[in-house]
Amino acid sequence: MSKMRTVKSSEMDPRFKYEISKAPGAEKIMNCFQCATCTADCPIARFSRFYRPRRIARMVQFGLKDRLLSSDDLWLCSTCYACIDHCPQDVEVANVVRVLRNMVVKEKGMIPLVFRELASNLLKTGYVYVIPESRLKRRTEQGLPPLPRANLEVITRIFGVTGSTKILENVKTFEKVET
Amino acid sequence: MSKYLLFLGCVIPYRLSSYEVTARKVLSKLGVELQEMPEFNCCGFPMDPVNHDLMLTLAARNLCLAEKEGLSILTLCNGCFGTLNKTNKMLKEDKDARERVNGYLKESGMQFRGTAEVKHLVHVLAEDVGFEKIKEAVSKPLGQMRVAQHTGCHILRPAKYIDQDDPENPTLLKNLIRLTGAACLDYLGETECCGNPIIGVNEEIPFNIAREKLNNVKGVGAKALITVCPFCHMMYDLNQPRIERAFNEKYGIPVLHYTQLLGLAMGFKSEELEFNELRVKPTELLNSI
Repeated sequence: MSKMRTVKSSEMDPRFKYEISKAPGAEKIMNCFQCATCTADCPIARFSRFYRPRRIARMVQFGLKDRLLSSDDLWLCSTCYACIDHCPQDVEVANVVRVLRNMVVKEKGMIPLVFRELASNLLKTGYVYVIPESRLKRRTEQGLPPLPRANLEVITRIFGVTGSTKILENVKTFEKVET
Repeated sequence: MSKYLLFLGCVIPYRLSSYEVTARKVLSKLGVELQEMPEFNCCGFPMDPVNHDLMLTLAARNLCLAEKEGLSILTLCNGCFGTLNKTNKMLKEDKDARERVNGYLKESGMQFRGTAEVKHLVHVLAEDVGFEKIKEAVSKPLGQMRVAQHTGCHILRPAKYIDQDDPENPTLLKNLIRLTGAACLDYLGETECCGNPIIGVNEEIPFNIAREKLNNVKGVGAKALITVCPFCHMMYDLNQPRIERAFNEKYGIPVLHYTQLLGLAMGFKSEELEFNELRVKPTELLNSI
């Protein structure tokens, strides 16, 4: 989304905004009147050259699906939710970004590496980080109780029934997103 | 006497047992009983970008475990609180989402009912223990200490799921700090995010955000920053030397878990409060009391 380009009507998918507004959290996307409060209050936008929540909202309304789903900057939202609280039109902007991220993973088969690693740790241990032996030993020395155990069977089943196993199966990863 | 299921989350056992140890100590002395989770999985927050329904179902499963125990959940992590609390309220209100998630849970023999509550440490301290009782428990007031607070995002926003504080002008943590006798200073940009959630894809932006906060905190003369979230804590403590190097600046701001500050005021010895686990050593701060 970095470079300014002419928007061609052939790029615009008029049904896209309806598709997005069916997703939980993105229902109000059509209400956005481009006041840019979300961008003004966004801690990321202050330091990123690319990430502008207002622009993302407009691109959804314009139906620029391909451009949106190939923009890395979707992964820069830090989920502080200031945009949600401050939007005068009740658009849950951060949730719209989350809907788009889910779409990138599912339809484009792309995901930042870190999320695939967290998912893989979760499936292996129940925790999103692999907690080293030394830490577990240290717990005893610190007088802490053993960590609650994970039921890996249930976790694997939850990944399966929500379609997440399939989504993550052949996903391609990338590491960093430009500032 | 109140009793809660302690939901530790992932990052505390991975990196910040100092928070867990000190939280257990002060809560126990204040009469809050903690029970361990019978089973555990990640709250779900890190999986929301992958698949929203996966996040909801992982969160709902933890809520079901709490319902079965007949207890409410206490979290030490803002992220866990935000996710579990939001999911709990959403599933109670939204029949479609509830039926969908219960469909996912059915095969595992669980059903979300909505009978448990989710609270963060600061809510339990304010609502269950109460300011009066905390004040009584303070035996060594920290009158000479000047600190600042960082409440963090997920116990404030989105405001529609949270009614314990004002997200535009949060005062809960400030008031809890003042109970210890310490002065809690105002500074510019108190409600700004720490930036940590995106550090896995971009370091430069979170470093810029954190740099600004550390400079603002230092600028008003605070001698420490107080946090109640392991992610925010890691951003300001663990990463502080790296941020100093990146910008060629020196902050030297120790970052304490609120439970360490309260522990000091309640008369625990500093050796009992895991200060040696902190990256930025609070030596001067501790010598000043």
